[in-house]
Amino acid sequence: MVAANSTAPLSITLRVWRQAGPNQPGQFVDYQSKDLSPNMSFLEMLDVVNDQLTAKGEEPIAFAHDCREGICGTCSCTINGKPHGPGKGVATCQVYMRSFRDGDVVTVEPFRAAAFPVIKDLITDRSAFDKIQQAGGYITARAGSAPDANAIPVPKPDADLAMDAATCIGCGACVAACKNASAMLFVAAKVSHLGLVPQGQAERDKRVLAMVSTMDELGFGNCTNQYECSAACPKLISHDFIARLNRDYFNASLRASFQPESQSTGGGAG
Amino acid sequence: MATLDSKVPAGPLADKWRKHKADIKLVNPANKRKYEVIVVGAGLAGSSAASSLADMGYKVKNFVFHDSPRRAHSIAAQGGINAAKNYQNDGDSVYRLFYDTIKGGDYRAREANVHRLAEVSVNIIDQCAAQGVPFAREYGGLLANRSFGGAQVSRTFYARGQTGQQLLLGAYSALMRTVGQGLVELHTQSEMLDLVIVGGQAKGIVVRNLVTGAIERHAADAVVLATGGYGNVFNLSTYARGSNTTAIWRAYKRGACFANPCYTQIHPTCIPVSGDYQSKLTLMSESLRNDGRIWVPKKKEDRLKNPAEIAEEDRDYFLERMYPSFGNLCPRDIASRAAKRVCDEGRGAGTSGLGVYLDFSDAIRRLGENGVRERYGNLFDIYHEITAESAYKTPMRIFPAVHYTMGGLWVDYNLMSNVPGLFVLGEANFSDHGANRLGASALMQGLADGYFVIPYTIGDYLATQKPGSRPSADGAEFKGAEENVRAMTKRFLDSKGKQPVSHFHKRLGKIMWEFCGMARTKDGLEKALQQIPALREEFWASVCVPGSAETMNQSLEQAGRVADFLELGELMCRDALTREESCGGHFREEHQYPDGECKRDDEKFAHAAAWEYQGAGKTPLRNVEPLNYEFVKMSVRNYK
Repeated sequence: MVAANSTAPLSITLRVWRQAGPNQPGQFVDYQSKDLSPNMSFLEMLDVVNDQLTAKGEEPIAFAHDCREGICGTCSCTINGKPHGPGKGVATCQVYMRSFRDGDVVTVEPFRAAAFPVIKDLITDRSAFDKIQQAGGYITARAGSAPDANAIPVPKPDADLAMDAATCIGCGACVAACKNASAMLFVAAKVSHLGLVPQGQAERDKRVLAMVSTMDELGFGNCTNQYECSAACPKLISHDFIARLNRDYFNASLRASFQPESQSTGGGAG
Repeated sequence: MATLDSKVPAGPLADKWRKHKADIKLVNPANKRKYEVIVVGAGLAGSSAASSLADMGYKVKNFVFHDSPRRAHSIAAQGGINAAKNYQNDGDSVYRLFYDTIKGGDYRAREANVHRLAEVSVNIIDQCAAQGVPFAREYGGLLANRSFGGAQVSRTFYARGQTGQQLLLGAYSALMRTVGQGLVELHTQSEMLDLVIVGGQAKGIVVRNLVTGAIERHAADAVVLATGGYGNVFNLSTYARGSNTTAIWRAYKRGACFANPCYTQIHPTCIPVSGDYQSKLTLMSESLRNDGRIWVPKKKEDRLKNPAEIAEEDRDYFLERMYPSFGNLCPRDIASRAAKRVCDEGRGAGTSGLGVYLDFSDAIRRLGENGVRERYGNLFDIYHEITAESAYKTPMRIFPAVHYTMGGLWVDYNLMSNVPGLFVLGEANFSDHGANRLGASALMQGLADGYFVIPYTIGDYLATQKPGSRPSADGAEFKGAEENVRAMTKRFLDSKGKQPVSHFHKRLGKIMWEFCGMARTKDGLEKALQQIPALREEFWASVCVPGSAETMNQSLEQAGRVADFLELGELMCRDALTREESCGGHFREEHQYPDGECKRDDEKFAHAAAWEYQGAGKTPLRNVEPLNYEFVKMSVRNYK
């Protein structure tokens, strides 16, 4: 527990990964960040450092951020070796300077994974997640064709569990935390959310097979049950969903091998 | 002078939309694929529009400055989404939702648009449930509802405290499906920097690829802007840091009228500013006012004292004192203004002096700590995370913050601006909330526009455009727009100043907050109209934008957005100065009833003010669209 109302300022040495662009060499550079309020957020500290760099005519540190309230999933720093830094169940933007001590050396680097190439400094390209979603992370429902929302009841326990999985903010911390750079927790969260509701059954098999194979193609590794992903997840999504993903994948693969496909080539009646 | 034809169909209110859908022109399925539509933005309105138009057969290009469409700021909405389903059997109806919204907007919204919004609200819930949005459910598996402010029925659907995220993920999944099917061409990290007008019609955009710095021209048969609100003109707000006005502002400078820019919603319960470094204000749900009591010290000198050491008789429960019948649950705008008043008197709590206490000690005595935890535990956790203080032990400190903008580009009933071919959806337009938005209505409007309005109304325009008549992106207008963008970029990078962009954004925010915030006066607004142009001049003379145009450059992105805010701020003040009345979020101190309520002037101001750009340095033209209330009688808004 942090002392409430502590206002003693602190100073830290910031050791930041600087990389001018994709495929360029990067290196750690030290910056002194002084007289910081403990109530400042970690990203606000970076704002101040950047303003100081700018005033000196140097290029500020590029870092990803947007909502700054832990829901958009944009921010993505590994702080002292931990994706999203100290604290449990928080994103980088929810880290406050009171988590550090005066005189600390704080190392900041981008999320590291082959499937998340660095764009600049602390910013990586996470479009691989969008590609996995495009492969099957949806329930096909065109606007205008939906039945009344109460026509399909969803048992509350299923809806609640689906919601637990759906809290994923797509930040990629699970990948950065995993020694295999696996995206299993991300894919498991999506597959579980959509597979737990009755609306998602029609495409359930197709979805899990397509998402997993896309995940593999994009260079993410496999799960070896270390559960670092759940520990780093800002929404604390449980690794139990990975078991659910594996079960779904196994069942779908089995069914795909035995189920005959319709030989019809289409064509209308009229 | 722009023509503002609202194109509201004739006939009874409840029949207008149905009749309009039957009357407007259609594009046949084989021709749809010949039209290209650009959709800028991928929040609720943008994602739902892009996927719906693609499903209909149009070729769609979607542009978003985020690295993924799922990050748009719709994601942050907490509370819920309204719909007139009447699942609770408590007397709700389309008419009631319509009426509550019109009244909530202080009679400054267009009747026909609001009624349509209420009508399609029921379809939105169906659509989202079909997409698998995990709404809260009852044990029987049917949908749950909660109550929200400004309504006497329970019509708000929700997904824990993350309704915005879940609805956006639904719309995003539809967008990803259509991208995967090759129906939508997705351009992430692409910021729209100019609108291209060809022959008086919107036919394309110029964007900057934020990763490579490349400037690109894109032609289309129609352009849809769904780029959100402009509350970050205040610098500090509950918006995401990247939220900006650039797309709609550049469209304004190409001829689209900007309506009611001064209508801003200021939410009473947010975590206050703690220092000059602050970048963001976080909302604390209004529901806390059910059990919390709001107070400040009676004496200025007690301001910095530990609140526990301030005796009961030295506390001023100012809302209970000023508004005895409503007390702590008085309406948002009243609560916000009262908090400002006591802080202006020098009695605000905390080192900044901008904060009031929200005290739960009575509630804890009454319900026990666990009782309070059950109701508000997650909010107390968020509060603790940000402030390191336990609200179980010491009162919360809260202060009002900018939360939403009701103004935006002017649109007609078809959501088309006065520039033919330019459509504007969601918070970026001005159409549905009048001078004040009710809770849980922003999500409703974004999805209504994208799923259920634009799919119909865009056809009415496209049917007038010959298939294949889309201009080439190599035309003179496109080249001119690109040169415009390049010139602005060069001007930033050539600037030899020493001040970071944030320096000017903070100063602009302070001017806006002081003079165009919760309470506005003629004197103050006139001062702002002097100070903003001076600040703008200083900005261009002394801003420092390091780096180059050919790589990712966040300073350059920020500079462009703040340059636009520096112009928009002036227009907001001008609009606020001209509107000599108080209504909803626009409070002019000169125009109030003795009890502090807004005093509207329906004779002179029952209209939307749509500002038309006249060129740099020239005063914009104020066009007027009268609001003809055929079905509802304008009256004094009263929640007492």
